[in-house]
This record gives sequence, C-alpha cells and structure tokens, in this order.
Amino acid sequence: MSETQHESVRLAPDPSPGLTKVGGDTPVVSPPARRRRRKGIGWPARLEIALMTGPTLIVFLSFVILPVAMAAYYGFFSWQGYGPAEDFVGFRNYLLIFEDSTFIDALRHNGIIVVLSLLLQGPAAILLALLLNRQMWGQTLIRVLVFIPYVIAEVVVGTGWSLMLHGEGVVNAVLEKIGLGWLQNDWLSDPKIAMWTLMGILTWKYIGFAVILFLAGLQGIPEELTEAAAIDGASYWQIQRRITLPLLGPTIRIWAFLSMIGALQLFDLVYIIWGQYVAATAGTSTMATYMVANGRNAGEYGYGNAVAVVLFFISLFAALLYQRFILRRDTEGAITGGRR
Amino acid sequence: MAVTAVAGRRAPRRSSRSRKPFSWTDPSVYFIALLLIATMLAPVVYIILGGFRTNAEITTDPAGLPTTWQTQNYLDVLTGSTFWQQVFNSTIVALATTAGVVTLGLMTSFIIARYRFWGRGAMYALFAAGLMFPLTVAITPLYILVKNLGLMNTLPGVILPQIGFGIPLTIIILVPFVRAIPDEIQEAASIDGCSRLGFFWRMVLPLAMPGVITVAILTFIQSWNGYLLPLFILNREETFTLPLGVQAFASEYSVDTAKVLAFTSLSMIPALVFFSLFQRRIVGGLTGAVKG
Repeated sequence: MSETQHESVRLAPDPSPGLTKVGGDTPVVSPPARRRRRKGIGWPARLEIALMTGPTLIVFLSFVILPVAMAAYYGFFSWQGYGPAEDFVGFRNYLLIFEDSTFIDALRHNGIIVVLSLLLQGPAAILLALLLNRQMWGQTLIRVLVFIPYVIAEVVVGTGWSLMLHGEGVVNAVLEKIGLGWLQNDWLSDPKIAMWTLMGILTWKYIGFAVILFLAGLQGIPEELTEAAAIDGASYWQIQRRITLPLLGPTIRIWAFLSMIGALQLFDLVYIIWGQYVAATAGTSTMATYMVANGRNAGEYGYGNAVAVVLFFISLFAALLYQRFILRRDTEGAITGGRR
Repeated sequence: MAVTAVAGRRAPRRSSRSRKPFSWTDPSVYFIALLLIATMLAPVVYIILGGFRTNAEITTDPAGLPTTWQTQNYLDVLTGSTFWQQVFNSTIVALATTAGVVTLGLMTSFIIARYRFWGRGAMYALFAAGLMFPLTVAITPLYILVKNLGLMNTLPGVILPQIGFGIPLTIIILVPFVRAIPDEIQEAASIDGCSRLGFFWRMVLPLAMPGVITVAILTFIQSWNGYLLPLFILNREETFTLPLGVQAFASEYSVDTAKVLAFTSLSMIPALVFFSLFQRRIVGGLTGAVKG
C-alpha cells in the first residue's frame, strides 16, 4: 500500500503526454471480465494502470526516447556542447560524415564484423550446444565455464587481451615455446591482422551467450522426435540436420539478430584495446568509436549526434530488413507492429 | 555407433533415458570439451596467475608459471582504498539498477499482459522498439541530459539511464511469463476475494519468479560490467565504478603489469561468483523467453 502511495507522489507532477494518453480516457476490462462484467471496470483499474505503468513510462521516455529525439535535433547544428544550439547547419553534418573516409572505413569494419560474427560464432556455437546438450560427465561445470567470458567485463577482457597480445606478450611467447615462432605477429597494430584479432576476441567473449541461447532452444525440442527418428534408423548427424536444426531455427534467428545489432553498435572492446587513434590506423574502428572520437572527444557535440543518428538509422534499416525477410514468422509484430 | 543404432531400432523400451544414438564414453567428445574449456579459461587463468608473479618474471618469461607466489600485488590492491571504493560504487549502481528494472518491468509487464485497454498494443510496441535504441546511439545527448539535470559525477546519473535502457528487454522477457499464468487462477483468486493488485502480489510475483530472476541476473551483470555510460557520466575518481577503475589503474600503473593483472582479476570475481550461483536460472529463464 505504501508503495502505491509513493508511486502516486512520483507520478503526480509529471505532465508526460504518453501517460495521459495511456492511462486517461480508456475503457478498461480485465480478462475475466470479458465474460461477465465485474466491479473492476472503470476508475480503480485505470488508476492501477496509471500507477503501474506511469513510472516506467517516465523513466523510459525521459532516458531513452528523449535522448534519441535530442540526437536528431542537435544533429542539425554545429554545437560545442554548452549554451543553446544556435548555429543551424542543416544537413551539413551528414554530408561531412559521408565524405569522411574515416567514417566509411569504420562502416566497412562494422560490416565485416557483422558478417564474420555470424559466420564464425554461429556454426561453432551450434556444434558446441549440440555437444553440451548430451548427458556427459561434468556437463553443468562445462556449461558454466563456457559462459564465463561472457560474464567478464569488457574492460577486463580488453585489458587482459591487450597485455597478452602485445609484441612481447604471452601469446607470442607461447608460440615461440611450442615451436610455432613463425606465427608470431604484431597482433594488435598490424592492419592486416588486427581485424582477425578482434574477431578472435569477440568470438571468445560472446560465443558463450550463443551457446546458452541454443542450449535453451534445444531443451524445448521434444525428445520423442529424435527418438522416433532414431528408431527409423536415422544416424546422429541426420537427426541433427533434419530435426534439431530446423526446430532450433527460431532461436538461431533471434541470436543472429542480437548478434547483428551488437556488432553494429560495437564500442567497448575496440575502444579499450585500441583506443580512438590506433583503432583507425589498425583497421578496427567502428561507427561507435568514430562517434565518440569525433563527437565528445573532439568537442563537436552536434557532429557526434549526427553520427549517432546515422548509426541509428543503419541499425534500424538492418533490423527492419532482417525482420521483414527472416524474423517475420518468429516474432510477428514484436519489433515493428503492435499485434500483441 | 552401429551397436546403439541397432539396439535403438530393436528395443525402444529402456531407451527413453538415452536418446543419444552413439556412445557417450567416446573420448573425442571429452577431448573437444577439454580443448574448449582450456580456450575459454586460459586468458582468465593467465590474468589471475600473472597477479602472483613479479614484473621481472613476466618480462623475461611471459608464459611461465609463478616461481614464488607473490601475494604482494593482491595485498596492495586489497589494502588500498581505491579498489573498495569502486567495488562499493559498482555494487550500489548494479543493485539499484536491478531493483529498478525488475520493479518497473514486472509492474508494466503485468499491466500489458493482463489488462485490456486502449493503447496497450502501442505501449508494448513502444517498449519493444526500445530494443532498437541502444545506449550507444543515445550516449551523446544522454550525457547532455544528465548534465542538465545536475547528475554529472553522481551514481543516480548512471542508474537512471541504465534502468531506462534495461526496461525493453525486461518487458519482452516478462510479458510472456505473466501471460502464461492461466486465467483460471485469476478467476479463482478473484472468487476468493483477491483484488487485482492482490493477485499481482500473491500469484504473479511468485509465478513469474524464474523470468524475474533471469532478468535480474542479466541486468546486474550488464550493469556491473557497464563501461560506456560511466565513461561519459563519471569523471571524478571517487565516483568511478570498477570498469573505469580497471582502466584508470591500467594506465596509471602501465609499467607495473603484475599489479594491473592483480587488480583486473580481483575486479572480475564478484560477477563470476554471482553468475556461478545463478547459472541454472539463466538457462531456465532463457528457455521460457526464447519460446515466448
């Protein structure tokens, strides 16, 4: 009870239009009431809706939607971050972005990362999930261990890997020791290799998440199907190919979606390992590191916001395409429409 | 392999336990699993062991084991105040974010899943669309917004945006959980004189617990590891969270590799412990979420 009152205090002074739209003039019927009208229709239920969604909407609108709208607004200004934005420049920021070869490079790197993430992590994670889905000794422990890199902070991963991968680091030392000295490399700063180094680290860090998702998906596949196939004489790989993989389809497609969006937004690891300057020369810069380097770090907030808008629309475009052609049958309306 | 296949064809009676059509004592499976574990763990082990070595050792033989186990690096970090201050900050931020995301997310999911009202679909679509607005896109204006609110260099300046960005995924995961609770239960509760809010407390909360725990763990870990937002919002050393602290420490003591490794390995312990305690729940919760 006290919580409800507390909420109403927070709610009262807010003039958010979204709130009144949702909680205000709307007839309310709770599911059981469809069959027989109950006393619950009307103000009490409206109040409940307002109280229980109001705070969420306030936080969500002010800290998620508003900043995105602000980015769209400031993107049209040349603005250094203090005082009101007055120097309206129209689409000049956007023209500058697409004329800047550094940005085009970053965009290309993002594209490479998206494709390689799907190609490297997807098949590997499916095989690992199949492997870990069977009863074997130490199964639980193995599952935990596979997930560990995913749980470790990007900063820790970045710091650790950059210590290990630099010229005199442990990776080169181990290669020397096991007689593979010719494989020694300048893993981080050689532009020919840096991207593959990044992909290695990304795969190491994020494959655990894919494996856990796939394991969860595999658990939803009824055993009867594989049993029936086995009785009919199908081999293990035939079963995986013809039964498990198609049934795992929705999970794989959701993972691919998350992976794609994550790859387009990639920032932390690149920024921590390479920093804003080296990332561009080593060929690992991304749109997000470009945005931070040329926006906040350069004091050009208007330009940074324009980059954010470009990044947003590229992600949105990719997401909509994906949704339209691949994800549609799995999550009907979850992202674009409101059929739920 | 052939043996089990034949057995499977002939005798399905006892085979319900063993669905795998080839023998799982196969050593190659364990070999692959071991190789996998080694790959996943080697860097972590290297970081932890490196903290027990001296800088001279690390320079002359990067790949070696500690000859004498130096605890001095770890003790230095643990007795300094910086580390504990950052642990404290990270804990506050992660706990407050988790509490906020779970409370707000569950209440809203309850309304979306259980009430019929004009604008419900739009509300769900709005939150779902939030998945498309990642923190990276909004970070520059968010920084300006937080500055205008006077929350720069304060923990709420990190917590509030994190809650906002945690809400979409929470709602996507929790709505199916709440919706899956049969109408009959609500009707029965209603006949027994339970109000809708009473139903929320007594039935929805406990029944949605697996989803809630999954969301809570994911939120906690994400917040604990968060880097971009603290990087923009927290500029004073006393407000640093652990990720910022690790980076500051690594650049401040860049010549003292062993100490950096010690600091780094200590900073990953809490998330690891937290995860190992709840890992079963994560898998279970994701199963529901993926299917929903």
